[in-house]
Amino acid sequence: MTKISNLGVVDTLEGLNKKEFSSVEVIKEYLNLIENDSKLNAYIHFNAEKSLSSAKLSDERRSKNEALPLDGLPIAVKDIFCVNGEKTSACSKILENFIPNYESTVTSKLWKAGGIYIGKTSMDEFAMGSSNETSYFGSVVNPWSKEGDKLVPGGSSGGSASAVAAKLAPVALGTDTGGSIRQPASFCGTVGIKPTYGRCSRWGIIAFASSLDQAGPLTRSVRDSALVLENMAGFDNLDSTSVNIKVPKFTDACSKSIKGMKIGIPKEYKISGLSSEVENIWNDGIKWMEDAGAEIVEVTLPHTKYALPTYYIVAPAEASANLARYDGVKYGFRKENIQDLEDMYSSTRAEGFGEEVKRRILIGTYVLSAGYYDAYYLRAQKVRTKIVEDFNLAFNNCDAILTPTAPTGAFKIGEKNMDPITMYMNDIFTVPASLAGLPAMSIPSGLNSNGCPLGLQLIGKGFDEETLFSIGAAVENAANFQSI
Amino acid sequence: MRKPITLKGETGTWEMVIGLEIHAQVNCKSKLFSGSATDFGASPNSQVSYVDAAMPGMLPVINNEAVNQAIKTGHALNAKINNISIFDRKNYFYPDLPQGYQISQFKSPIVGEGWIVIDLGKGETKKIGIERLHLEQDAGKLMHDQHPRLSFVDLNRSGIPLMEIVSMPDMRDWEEAGAYLRKLRSIVRYIGSCDGNMDQGSLRCDANISVRRPGEEFGTRCELKNINSVKFMMKAVEYEAYRQIEIIENGGEVKQETRLYDPNKNETRSMRSKEEAHDYRYFPDPDLLPLNISNERIEKYKNELPELPDQKRERFQKDFGLSFYDADVLTADRSYADFFEIVSKNRDTKFVANWIITNFFAMLNEVEKSVEESPVNAEQLGELFDLIKEGTISGRTAKEVFEEMFTKGGNAGDIVDAKGLKQISNTDELESMAKNIIEENTDQVSKFKNGNEKLFGWFVGQMMKSTGGTANPKVVNEILKKLLNK
Repeated sequence: MTKISNLGVVDTLEGLNKKEFSSVEVIKEYLNLIENDSKLNAYIHFNAEKSLSSAKLSDERRSKNEALPLDGLPIAVKDIFCVNGEKTSACSKILENFIPNYESTVTSKLWKAGGIYIGKTSMDEFAMGSSNETSYFGSVVNPWSKEGDKLVPGGSSGGSASAVAAKLAPVALGTDTGGSIRQPASFCGTVGIKPTYGRCSRWGIIAFASSLDQAGPLTRSVRDSALVLENMAGFDNLDSTSVNIKVPKFTDACSKSIKGMKIGIPKEYKISGLSSEVENIWNDGIKWMEDAGAEIVEVTLPHTKYALPTYYIVAPAEASANLARYDGVKYGFRKENIQDLEDMYSSTRAEGFGEEVKRRILIGTYVLSAGYYDAYYLRAQKVRTKIVEDFNLAFNNCDAILTPTAPTGAFKIGEKNMDPITMYMNDIFTVPASLAGLPAMSIPSGLNSNGCPLGLQLIGKGFDEETLFSIGAAVENAANFQSI
Repeated sequence: MRKPITLKGETGTWEMVIGLEIHAQVNCKSKLFSGSATDFGASPNSQVSYVDAAMPGMLPVINNEAVNQAIKTGHALNAKINNISIFDRKNYFYPDLPQGYQISQFKSPIVGEGWIVIDLGKGETKKIGIERLHLEQDAGKLMHDQHPRLSFVDLNRSGIPLMEIVSMPDMRDWEEAGAYLRKLRSIVRYIGSCDGNMDQGSLRCDANISVRRPGEEFGTRCELKNINSVKFMMKAVEYEAYRQIEIIENGGEVKQETRLYDPNKNETRSMRSKEEAHDYRYFPDPDLLPLNISNERIEKYKNELPELPDQKRERFQKDFGLSFYDADVLTADRSYADFFEIVSKNRDTKFVANWIITNFFAMLNEVEKSVEESPVNAEQLGELFDLIKEGTISGRTAKEVFEEMFTKGGNAGDIVDAKGLKQISNTDELESMAKNIIEENTDQVSKFKNGNEKLFGWFVGQMMKSTGGTANPKVVNEILKKLLNK
């Protein structure tokens, strides 16, 4: 019999439907793996009782032939989604013991589709980071690490990527603000998609940068991601920025031929400092596309070089306001023995937030302050509009854009966390699509000389995730990437 | 034409320049961005949703009812309604502000420039410009009197929709400022977009004031906060104007600052200087799309706008033959006008107007009640007037009956019956009574006939005495005239 944890989303559901195993057996196997994992630190919480009782209910439904689309499927959840009755902290001390008594729209949809909560995965604090080193609960380890050489899983959805890559879950939820699904997916050798901004509800997801945050799945196959996304997307009248547009059957798109499709290659992404290994994988990708009958066209995204600085103005600006609610007044951490109100605020926030979060709050506060607003925030918004226009023009000539996901593979824990700018460079290929609100996906495409995964990124037109799934499936086929 | 009040200082005459910022709580069932109720006086934290408490992951959703009220108000202020307006975050820390920012409208308000006409007495009016109206959330409330060391937070008000209505600096004295505030309150009450209740805080006012030599450029202004009645606003402005004049005349300079008005001491005190002013770091709230209002929606509320105070006053003058004064008093508040229209229907409008203004309002004032709270409703008052008209009771008795209705309740007819106040209008009955009085008081009769005409009143008094005041005075007069002048 196949080991259950070797199965992805589609195969697990198939096994369940064929009664090869029960949901309780699936959940027990994963709980056992999670409990005994001492290497990765991917999970921060789980609730065996809750998961098992859900699994029992799921088995009952299946026995009555009332199985739901994802019935019995274990789903790991990034600690940024509010899950009713489960500690939800965004891996920050300031929310260490916060337990919401409400459920995010996305997780709620998944539970209603039969999905089963299997645990909370670690992340960079408030999703601010590209290495999962800023988590209050400690670094997460990339399962591709060699002995004695611990690598980061990427971030901010590092726990989710690590868990899926290490087969501690068939799927984990992530959120992506500037690359937080795609970059860890690339580092850990998993598929990860950030859907179009507005495709998934943000309600119940702890906000980092409201105009950029999107939820998405991390899985080991393109089809698995398509199936999960189908069940988590959709309009929500509790989120004014979610878009009322029909959710297509993404799984159907996975088997669609890409023959005749035009794939754009943006010349601006050929930056200096791009490792030759990454460039080689990119060239492989181009060749795979041609082999599958797609046409390669060069496109230009002239404002790409401004995307990173723009992102690091817009995202911290929004974050500085979004994180103002963590003030020690209503919930979460409050510093004891304070002198007065001012002291309560500053001591609570000084101790409750980590260094990177404080850095971004300071940057955000600065760029919005009187006298600097026009030069930073307003200008960044203007550049953002230019970046949107760049993509609009590029998509006149192509159906999707192919780029590397990250300029390098996974690096060592502690290697880059002393220099924020070096760390921010990780996001150079992922932030443009974020700023433009476009769907983008990372597909594992090969290994570098250290034996670490490298991903290719596909960027699509707004609300055209289907094309990404079609092309993504073709990349996946050609790359024939092997999970651990 | 009325001249604004100017102030005499040591060195000459000074003029005031005043602009008002009104915060009007939007009359609607739920909060601006959540579904919580907005009832006044509910127990602390009983009307708080996860959104109002700024729980992690919560998002605001605009309440369209509040938007419609703002559109209506914009129309009533003769203002431009903007198709696109934007909600911004106004960032500052305070325990009554759970999000750490207030959602407001900064650069692009829902309503642009407009104007209203204020009444300055004796039919004099003045047009005052409106700069803008925008929607924003209210904050919660801190309670410092619950515990010796701790302060508590009540979030019931958190998220309640407010309209901030900003005037142009068009007012030149406190009378004008008072008239503006009264008129604005009247307008929002007319259209039902705010209940206008200043003592419950549903209408709050900040005053910006500066002084200058007549005709010169604007001086440096100060903003006065914590004003919760028209009277206090006028007093605060007066105090502040004199304070600024004194500073300038003593060679000083007025500092731009925010000042708190203390109604107990009738003074203003510095709250924070311009340098200490918050940097609110406004930026568009990324959780909300720009507010998009179609022309159809704008027109719909324009067409549904009810008659406003000025139009109503003109109609009352024209259709009911009321004086400017009476019409003005009766249309100052929609509740007055509605009450009057019910009572005066098919009745003598001038009589009704006069009676309501002199007797009914006096009584309400005495017990500090509004028309809505009046124990005597319009129908009941109308019945009382019918009894006067029919001659069942005299006007004087009517006042007595009204007092009874007002203090103890009941209908006019029942009270008249129960107390035997029915007026005697029967000529025969009264005539025989008068004859008796004349026969029994021959001395008085001869004095009267000898020219002491004042004694006529004495005879009337005797008649009233023997009927317990229920004799119809008109009939009594006629009979006595006839009999005594024989």
